Amino acid sequence: MFDSFLTSRLDAALGWARKYSIFQYPFVTACCGMEYMATACAHYDIDRFGAGLPRFSPRQADVLFVVGTISHKLAPALKRIHDQMAEPKWVVAFGVCTCTGGFYDNYATVMGIDTFMPVDVYIPGCPPRPEMVLDGLMKLQNKIQDQHTTGRRAAAESRPDNLEL
Amino acid sequence: MNTSLIELVKERFPTAASSSHTYRGDETVVLRRELLLEVARFLKEDPALQMNFLMDLTAVDYSTFGKSPSPAFFASSGVAVSPSSQIPDKDPWPGPPAEARFAVVYHFYSLKHKHRLRLVVPLNETDLEVDTLTSLWAGANWLEREVWDMFGIRFRGHPDLTRILMYEEFEGHPLRKDYPVNKRQPLIGPVN
Repeated sequence: MFDSFLTSRLDAALGWARKYSIFQYPFVTACCGMEYMATACAHYDIDRFGAGLPRFSPRQADVLFVVGTISHKLAPALKRIHDQMAEPKWVVAFGVCTCTGGFYDNYATVMGIDTFMPVDVYIPGCPPRPEMVLDGLMKLQNKIQDQHTTGRRAAAESRPDNLEL
Repeated sequence: MNTSLIELVKERFPTAASSSHTYRGDETVVLRRELLLEVARFLKEDPALQMNFLMDLTAVDYSTFGKSPSPAFFASSGVAVSPSSQIPDKDPWPGPPAEARFAVVYHFYSLKHKHRLRLVVPLNETDLEVDTLTSLWAGANWLEREVWDMFGIRFRGHPDLTRILMYEEFEGHPLRKDYPVNKRQPLIGPVN
């Protein structure tokens, strides 16, 4: 009984440490970047949540913020960035274009990044208000807190192969 | 300048223009494609014209033009694109340049004389090729690659006619009206 007490307490401590030391990799491609910058700057102060230091190397980051429209041409580059990140890692789809493709429905745009990579938190909006981003960040923190020590998810989350559109 | 640019072009090349018009102050010459390079060189080098700036180079696919009524500008409001029937259009749009499916459009501007001229070169679907203007305006290079990428129109003599916006694996030319609007060609992930 004492063993399980220790493990569960260790899990909680690790989760607590992880959720307040989020190092993001901002993958910014479009107008959502302005709203991301607003969130990161002093007025909304993302540093309150321990996410104040963006790292511009996937090796040093543990949350991938995909901010802005992703085209089919860019998708392999984004996947590669995600593959380069070390576990534990999380992905935030920032803005409606990354969530579903948004108002783009054409030959060029990926209809949601979850068609080719796992996503932990979706923040819709065109672009989302900083309050919404902070709400999404707190949801991600809750998810990190509740996760197993390894940080690995049980199975990769992705859309089914055959999607009815 | 008093003499219209259209007149200058027609004076120098009497057989080049199949038609011309001045729609809302924009002078346009519809050109036979054989004479494009010579006319373009004339536009650039003639002292009275000096079109030293190629502002834009693009193409139009007229294959579905006029097949369906013009859609509402904002679907929810019902506001149409066409001019109001209450106010007669004194200067109506002259319509598509020719029966041909495609038209390559060139916009020239003279930084010296501050005048502009539009050249339109109609192209039949059977022979989609036109001379490149890269020898005269280096900026034509990427614009012509874009037209090749989006419309599949070839430019004779272009130094590197490859796709510029889409990836090499992409099949077809997406801005053609017969490209299926729902067709997706993702590099990774499911086709949806």
